[in-house]
Amino acid sequence: MSLVFAGITSHAPGITGRADRASEAQKNAFYAGLERLRAALEASRPDAVIILAAEHFANFFMNNMPAYAMGMGEEYDGPIEDPEWLRIPHRVVKGAPDLGRRLIANILQTVDVAYAEEWRFDHGVMVPLHFLDPNNRMTIIPANINCQGPPLTPLHRAWAFGKAIRRAADAAPERIALVGTGGISHWPATPDSGRINEAWDREFLDRWARNDKDAMLSYTDEETYRDAGQGGFEIRTFITTAAAAGGKGDVWYYEPIPIFAVGCTAAVMEIV
Amino acid sequence: MSLYQLSKLLFRLNRDPQAQAVFLSKPETLLADYNLTEEERQAFLSRDVGLLYILGVNGQILMHFAALCGIEWSDYLQRMRDAIKQYGPVRAGIYAMTTSPDEKVAG
Repeated sequence: MSLVFAGITSHAPGITGRADRASEAQKNAFYAGLERLRAALEASRPDAVIILAAEHFANFFMNNMPAYAMGMGEEYDGPIEDPEWLRIPHRVVKGAPDLGRRLIANILQTVDVAYAEEWRFDHGVMVPLHFLDPNNRMTIIPANINCQGPPLTPLHRAWAFGKAIRRAADAAPERIALVGTGGISHWPATPDSGRINEAWDREFLDRWARNDKDAMLSYTDEETYRDAGQGGFEIRTFITTAAAAGGKGDVWYYEPIPIFAVGCTAAVMEIV
Repeated sequence: MSLYQLSKLLFRLNRDPQAQAVFLSKPETLLADYNLTEEERQAFLSRDVGLLYILGVNGQILMHFAALCGIEWSDYLQRMRDAIKQYGPVRAGIYAMTTSPDEKVAG
C-alpha cells in the first residue's frame, strides 16, 4: 500500500546492558518515549517493519563491505552479543523474503543496495526491537548503512536511499513501516564513552525535524568526526528516514544519558 | 602492521561460538589463519584490550572481545585509558581518544 510509519530511535547497547546504572527518572522517561513509539508503530498496523540500522561488524566486514544492504531472508536471529551482556534474550525474528525481494528490486532502480538472505542482528537492531516489538510478533526487514568502516557513503546517497525506500514501499501492496536507528553525537566503545555533544545533537535534530535536506546534507565527515565522534557517522540512518518520510519530524524524547553513551532519542516523522 | 588481519580474527571470534570455545582453551591455534605481528599476537594472547585499542581495533569489535574475556564495562574503559599512558595514542582507525587519560567521562 505505502509507507505507513516513519520513526527514529537510539540503539546503544548501554540502553539495556547498563540500564541499572542510569538514574531511574532518566531511564524511565526515555523508556516511556520508546513505549510511545511502540504504540504508534503498532497503531500503524504494518505488515512489515524495515529496521534501518548501522550495524557494527555482525555481518558485514572490510573483506566485502556494502554501503547499503537489505535483508530478504526467511528469518533472522539475535542478539549476536552475549544476551547476558546486552540483557536482551535471544530470539528468532520472522523475515519477509518475498516482500524484501520486491522492495530490493525496486530500490535497485536508483541505489545499488546489496541483499542478504542471512543476517544476524546485533544491538543496532535488537535494542530497538526489544522496545518496539517486545513480544516478537512483527515481520522484520533489516537494512543497513555502513557507518563504521570508511570510506563511507556520502550523505546525499543516504538521502537517495531514503527516496528509493519510499518509492519501493509505495509500489508494494503491503503496509510498510520504517524505523531508523542510530546515534547522533557519541564516542562509543572508546575511553570517551559517555561524551555527548548536546548542542550538536539538538541542532541536528532541529534540522531533521524541519526536514531541511540541505542543512542535513551539509555536514562533512571531517566536521562530524570532530564535533560528534565516529558515532556521529550514524546520522545517515536518520537522514535516510527523513528522505523516506518527507514530512516534519516530532521529537518525542531527547536527553543525553552518559552511561548509555548516547543522546537518547525517540521521534516520529509525518509521511508526506 | 596488520590491523586488518587482527580485526578479522576478532570479528570471527565475535560471531563464531566454536572459535570462542577454542579461544578459551587453546587460543594460539586460532592464530594460524592470520598474519599478525609479534606485538599483535601477544596483545591477543594476553587479552590486552588496552593494547588492542592502541593498535587501532575498531571499538565495536573490541568491546565484544572485552566482554568475551569477562572484562566488566568500567574496567574495559579504564584499561583503554591506562593503555594510552603506557603505549601512547591510538595508532590507526577512527576510535582515537579525545579526552585526557585521567578524565573519566561516564562509566
